[in-house]
Amino acid sequence: MTEKISKKDTAIYPLLQQFLFLLGVVALWQLLYFVGVDVLDIWKPYAMPSPAGVWKSLVRLVESGTLLAAIGNSLLRGMIGFLISVAAGMLLGFLMEHFRFLHQNMRPFVMGVQTLPSVCWVPFSILWFGLSEQAIIFVVVMGSAFSIAIATDNAIRNVPPIYKKAALTMGATQQQVYRKVILHACLPELISGLKQGWSFAWRALMSGEVMTTCIGLGQTLITGRNLADINQVMLVMIVIVLVGILIDQLFFRSLERSIHKKRGLS
Amino acid sequence: MSLQLKNVTKTFHDSGQDAVRNVNLEIKDGEFVCVVGKSGCGKSTLLNLIAGLEKPTSGEIQMDGSPITGPGSDRVVMFQDHALFPWLNVIQNVKFGMELAGIPKKEQEEKAMKYLRLMQLEEYRDYAVHQLSGGMRQRVALARALTLDSRILLMDEPFSALDKQTSNRLRAELQEIWMKTRRTIFFITHSVEEAVYLADRVIVLANGPDSVQDIVPIELERPRHVYDESFVEYRRQILDEVQREPEK
Ligand SMILES: Nc1ncnc2c1ncn2[C@@H]1O[C@H](COP(=O)(O)OP(=O)(O)OP(=O)(O)O)[C@@H](O)[C@H]1O
Ligand SMILES: [Mg+2]
Repeated sequence: MTEKISKKDTAIYPLLQQFLFLLGVVALWQLLYFVGVDVLDIWKPYAMPSPAGVWKSLVRLVESGTLLAAIGNSLLRGMIGFLISVAAGMLLGFLMEHFRFLHQNMRPFVMGVQTLPSVCWVPFSILWFGLSEQAIIFVVVMGSAFSIAIATDNAIRNVPPIYKKAALTMGATQQQVYRKVILHACLPELISGLKQGWSFAWRALMSGEVMTTCIGLGQTLITGRNLADINQVMLVMIVIVLVGILIDQLFFRSLERSIHKKRGLS
Repeated sequence: MSLQLKNVTKTFHDSGQDAVRNVNLEIKDGEFVCVVGKSGCGKSTLLNLIAGLEKPTSGEIQMDGSPITGPGSDRVVMFQDHALFPWLNVIQNVKFGMELAGIPKKEQEEKAMKYLRLMQLEEYRDYAVHQLSGGMRQRVALARALTLDSRILLMDEPFSALDKQTSNRLRAELQEIWMKTRRTIFFITHSVEEAVYLADRVIVLANGPDSVQDIVPIELERPRHVYDESFVEYRRQILDEVQREPEK
């Protein structure tokens, strides 16, 4: 009985600890602001955000509906870009895995392009698409599709050969090997790859959004800068982090966890 | 009709050595053949050749008179490592081969359950693979292999990763199944005892100029008992041959 209770405790405890830590950080931040801005006058108030100021920004932007609209628009745009990346990246990855020629010659090129920070694609995208939705989505796709391609290639390549052999000796055709074995066997690694792809997509989205005037988190951030409202800038940064984490946890982590649990991998 | 190997040699180009040299062998329908030999003498390579997973460098392998060109469900393999699919549960794994062949669902279910019952695993039908013990996994793999009614069942040290007690029980079960079904079985083992227990003929492989060093017919009644005098005699004779250095 006592053992059960302590087990429960340990599940709650880390969460509580994290919460208290976060609270501590916020308190320290407020203190720092108070000492640095109000007492010693080291920083100007317009150059330093404060928890209270961020909270006021939050209330203001929620009440005006700006924040919700920005989150909604950014998420939608991010999703569209990500889905295009998934489709294109997985296709490219599959082709690179399947054709030796592409694996040998295309893969190093894709690896190279993948290391480019997504902001490098902004000039191209503006020249080709103007200051539009498509321009942002182009940056998102360029920022994540190549990493998804590499991850797909790796995931398929890392399928233990014994699975393929087992299927072949049970009479599987090449197509059945892909559909009934490789597709399933590579899933855990593929999902980690997609998860990473999402984080790239989300970052690329912000690089794209700050360039244009489309409603979204990136644009709200830039508005904050233009209004010299450092608290709004800080608020948007926090929201960007939180939304990114939320999607990661809610979607990818839980998907990963359920697959790992089903296969006894964890 | 039967499986025939004619002057089969396999050279791996990367290592440059002959894994299998000049094998001539005929395996008849319903026969239980065991292969023994030192580690690295080419047992698995020989099995892979028959399975069609490797191609002979020279020579030919024929099934009922026609050459083998690749893997197929008439030569199902059971591996040392069960090779069950972790994304499928027990019953789905057992049905896998039948599903590939497009057998009607109802027939799949009946046959899968029949072999699970034979393996005494019917209560585990909905278990995940990782929830089974090593011995149970091998029994599921055997059930999966048996559902395909292949012409020959190829087994590469299927029980060697298990503890002695479990592997003894499984080989007794395999013998029973073989006596009931008279499948053709090509069985690799590093245990001479296991070979003498199971086989109609024991093939001794070695590193000599010919891979097949000897073929010993086991003329013992079944079920066999490891402590019988004649069993011990066979065992000693074959063990001597396995351990003897091949004449150059
Ligand atoms: N894919 C391969 N490429 C190169 N050499 C190989 C390959 N497979 C096997 N060999 C070589 O062929 C020889 C025979 O290997 P094989 O796996 O058939 O031995 P084995 O009798 O099954 O051994 P064990 O009892 O340890 O399983 C070994 O010398 C091995 O190094
Ligand atoms: Mg082997």
